[in-house]
Amino acid sequence: MFNERVLNILQESFFKILIPGITYTIPLTLVSFAFGLLLAITVALIQVSNVRVLTPIVKFYVWVIRGTPLLVQIFIIFYGLPSAGIVLNALLAAVIAFSLNVGAYASETLRAAILSVPLGQIEAGYSLGMNYFQVLHRIILPQAFKVSVPPLFNSFIGLVKDTSLAANITVTEMFMVTQRIAAKTFEPLALYCEVAVIYLLFCTVLSKIQHMAEKSLKLEQG
Amino acid sequence: MLQIRDLSKNYEDLKVLDQINLDIESNKTTVIIGPSGSGKTTLLRCLNLLAVPDIGEIDLNGIHLSFLVNQPIQKKRILDFRKKTGMVFQSFNLFSHRTVIENIIEGPVTVLKKKKSEAMEDGMALLKKVGLEEKANQYPRQLSGGQQQRVAIARALAMKPEVLLFDEPTSALDPELEIEVLEIIRKLAKEHYTIVIVTHKMGFAKEVGDKIIFLENGKILSQGSYSELYNSGNERISRFLNTLQ
Repeated sequence: MFNERVLNILQESFFKILIPGITYTIPLTLVSFAFGLLLAITVALIQVSNVRVLTPIVKFYVWVIRGTPLLVQIFIIFYGLPSAGIVLNALLAAVIAFSLNVGAYASETLRAAILSVPLGQIEAGYSLGMNYFQVLHRIILPQAFKVSVPPLFNSFIGLVKDTSLAANITVTEMFMVTQRIAAKTFEPLALYCEVAVIYLLFCTVLSKIQHMAEKSLKLEQG
Repeated sequence: MLQIRDLSKNYEDLKVLDQINLDIESNKTTVIIGPSGSGKTTLLRCLNLLAVPDIGEIDLNGIHLSFLVNQPIQKKRILDFRKKTGMVFQSFNLFSHRTVIENIIEGPVTVLKKKKSEAMEDGMALLKKVGLEEKANQYPRQLSGGQQQRVAIARALAMKPEVLLFDEPTSALDPELEIEVLEIIRKLAKEHYTIVIVTHKMGFAKEVGDKIIFLENGKILSQGSYSELYNSGNERISRFLNTLQ
């Protein structure tokens, strides 16, 4: 199947796919993850601190996002909201959907990490006369952050691949471009494998970064 | 002087402390003994409000706290009180993400708002006192249990507390490592720190305790010097003292 024609197509399409990867997939991932992480930190802190009105609201948010498919969420935001008078461009709709999604999942990661800090550490903080915010800021969060690095990278890597769903709402990211080339050349197997390899490359780089981050945090030593 | 009046604490239906009245004299060592589940640790934790009493009064050198059911005490007052007490835990509880010296200056810098340079100087002096100045930049996990507990003692001392509380400070340690921790406590007792210590080590209690409190079922059964307790004629207490000799 990998005759000369297919090899030529693969060669020609490589940069055609890689460039939207660099101009769309990567920025979409980074921006959505950044907003999602901010959201996740806020949600996790509200949950563990048990704020009167806000805690039920964020619990509802996590419940809805985790209980519905990401693709459906994307469709509601891009195709659904215009009926309610809210028209968003495709890229913005994608960023909102991905940020909300990461926010819900990562907030649970952070919440678990916060809860994993041993009670003795917290009591030691209180025994020195620290208040709740000092204990949170000086003791709980630095320890929780370390614990949450591996699962957060999990979400990050997951998001790289999830951005392919934005192809469904006209965002011309890697997968959308690949679909177009495949339709023109009638070589779906070769081209979809090619884009898979590019996703794999991106995620390999992230895995390496994760490894370096863990090393610099001395995570292996516990 | 630390005075405790009519202090009670329940966990749901369980009476853990039942109308405790106790005077802890300044510059003396008070040892709390008693069988498991007698409320020793809860009493100690009430003295720095990690456990908040249900009712009763505590007065530490004029700082007075009254506890009443359904009347939570102001957080600020709890924090101010805690600053005056130093706690050493059974399981050390050193901050695992901080080096030895960072553990020691954490309280002075964050709570007492001391300058870092000043806190470092004091901290190094305290490390010298517990014989660990060469470990200043290591992490707790790199130290033995005995060394960790000595750092924990230095961390408590760094707050210049008016009373030092020890919750079974050696029960997580091998006998070998126990000695070095007991040695430090002995030294502090000789320097006339005000110390309250919960322990099962009767030999040590006898040696350093100016006053021994025998607690059972949340009540003080007897208090006095070791020989007073031993010769009190109370069979329950003599038996307890003998079994743990």
